[in-house]
Amino acid sequence: MSLYRAETRRLVKRRFTRVFVVLTLLVLGLIVGGVGIFSTKLTPAVTARAQTQATAEYQSALEYAAEEKRLCAVDSAAYGGDCASIYQPTPGDYEAQWYLPFSFNFGESFEDMLVVLTALLAMVAFAIGASFVGVEWRNGGMMNLLLWRPRRAQVLLTKLGALLAGLVGLTVVTGLLWTATFWAIGRFRGDLGKLTPGVWQSFGLTGLRALALVVVAGALGFGLASIGRHTAAAFGVAIGALVVMQFGLSTVLNMASARYADLYLADKWVTAWMYKSAEVIDWSAPCDYASGGNCEQPVFTITWQMAGGLLTALFVLVTVVAMWTFRKRDIA
Amino acid sequence: MTAVLEISGLRKTYRSRKGVRNALDGFDMLVEAGQVHGFLGPNGSGKTTTLRTLLGLIRPNEGRMAILGHEVPRHLPEVASGVGAIVESPQFFGNFTALETLTLLAIAGDVNRNRVHAVLELVGLRERAKEKVKTYSLGMKQRLAVASALLKEPKLLILDEPANGLDPGGIREMRTLMRDLSDSGMTVLLSSHILGEIQLICDSVTIIAAGRRVSSGSVADVLAQHTSASVKVRLEPGVDLLNAAQLLRTAGAEVRLESDHFVVGNAGNPAQITKLLAEQQIFVAELTPISADLESVFLELTGTAPVDGENRQVDQVAAAGGGWGR
Ligand SMILES: Nc1ncnc2c1ncn2[C@@H]1O[C@H](COP(=O)(O)OP(=O)(O)OP(=O)(O)O)[C@@H](O)[C@H]1O
Ligand SMILES: [Mg+2]
Repeated sequence: MSLYRAETRRLVKRRFTRVFVVLTLLVLGLIVGGVGIFSTKLTPAVTARAQTQATAEYQSALEYAAEEKRLCAVDSAAYGGDCASIYQPTPGDYEAQWYLPFSFNFGESFEDMLVVLTALLAMVAFAIGASFVGVEWRNGGMMNLLLWRPRRAQVLLTKLGALLAGLVGLTVVTGLLWTATFWAIGRFRGDLGKLTPGVWQSFGLTGLRALALVVVAGALGFGLASIGRHTAAAFGVAIGALVVMQFGLSTVLNMASARYADLYLADKWVTAWMYKSAEVIDWSAPCDYASGGNCEQPVFTITWQMAGGLLTALFVLVTVVAMWTFRKRDIA
Repeated sequence: MTAVLEISGLRKTYRSRKGVRNALDGFDMLVEAGQVHGFLGPNGSGKTTTLRTLLGLIRPNEGRMAILGHEVPRHLPEVASGVGAIVESPQFFGNFTALETLTLLAIAGDVNRNRVHAVLELVGLRERAKEKVKTYSLGMKQRLAVASALLKEPKLLILDEPANGLDPGGIREMRTLMRDLSDSGMTVLLSSHILGEIQLICDSVTIIAAGRRVSSGSVADVLAQHTSASVKVRLEPGVDLLNAAQLLRTAGAEVRLESDHFVVGNAGNPAQITKLLAEQQIFVAELTPISADLESVFLELTGTAPVDGENRQVDQVAAAGGGWGR
């Protein structure tokens, strides 16, 4: 327990942690500010103005069409001899809602905002996790600590525990702030939308999945930096994996017309995890025009369960290898 | 006397693509309670490897070790609170202050946090304790390391080259500190290359070369074992020194001529000298064993004495000349 306290203290005292958390909050603040400034509440006056604008546009389109028709009647050759094909605008082409200013709808858009938050926090978690243990390896702090606490497994697990608890705290606090500010933007400068208990429950579940993703990202950064005994090792593996999978492997597989080449794109899996499912199209399959005459190719759906399984597997694999190497290797 | 530290048959092999290196090759060591024990050996002889192994940082291939009566590394968690150690100028996280660094260790190790100020005072860092470690000089970092080792009031203090980077005043303070600690009942194991220092403060020593123990015991014993090897020989005035020296040399002695006497370097049995010379009617006026200092004993035992015109490489050990006349 005392070790856990010491590690928590080390985590929050570190400049790297502080700088990254502050930067994250700044970026989040910018997003909130942007949405808040550009969003407008749809008061009757605003709707009326949009309606007026739509009507005006419709009118001018009508006038334009009439003028064209008149000119065509005079000299049809200039219009290909077919005056009937001149488009006659309808009121449906000028709906008032298209003339409304941007207005943030909390019920509809908050899920996307949660995903933005998660993506940012996951990256920060990875970096903080990697540097938390990576720096310890570099500066001999790990060796110093082991002179005090020779049980290696316990030391590494406690460090990981302190890190993950910190990340959970960070995620929960920013998540609550995020929800509150966007709710306020919706309430005062936009629209809250339909907030049924079901919608709130869905936000809650997305939030939990977001939390899990942040925790796994932190643990992966920690584990990889511990295995490589260097902060940069984690970043190296992350960048390497991204290059190999995202660009290399998927390009090669696409060229080789492998089935479902997009399954190797990490973002598909993250999407599946956050939005409960993601579709991967088999671009190599022949088109099926049977229904609707469009090219239909087989679709594979990644469910959130599959994505969750993958995340768990990565987490377990990296953590177990990190533990094993930490216990086995000489510490110089 | 009880043994605070016992090592026997310790073996550590480093394997790499370049081959196999026996850093420790059946090393033995015994440190008794309450002593200041010096751990001497040339560069690369295995001192740091021994200490790291002892502290559970690296795994030995073979051998038995015990600290404070407990087998290690198996029982290390039980004895860790009784062992304070610094291993080869430890590094600290540069962005933390000394105070913060020690506080974190104190929390992690369940040590009373008042100790932090006490040890900072002890090593003379009180005034600078609130500055970042990266702004410290080498000697200040070394002092911080010693402070961290003292933090848990250990029964056994292991210091790997603690004087590294200390100024003369600091070295003397360290010497006094170690004497005080030892007087208060602490056992100190001290590795160092400053032999004068060792001779001044150590009760006993272990000398290691190429991963093996080459000598051990109290400083006086170690010196005595090798003192008899050198004798100063003075002959009656007017006798031809050169002739006498030549005589001994043909018999295999290492003779160094001085202005009015000569020194026989490998005289295991001084009686041989008198006998050989007397047979030629040369009579010895004076025959005194030269008391060796630790440095010459060290150089002889480890075979690392510099030889004119040669650049000795690390790991290169001259075949230690056997005694003559034994
Ligand atoms: N991690 C390692 N990998 C390979 N060989 C090593 C490693 N650590 C030490 N050695 C080798 O083990 C031998 C003993 O090294 P050690 O550090 O114990 O020497 P030392 O007695 O402390 O020397 P010094 O007086 O220079 O500090 C050396 O030959 C060294 O090269
Ligand atoms: Mg060393």
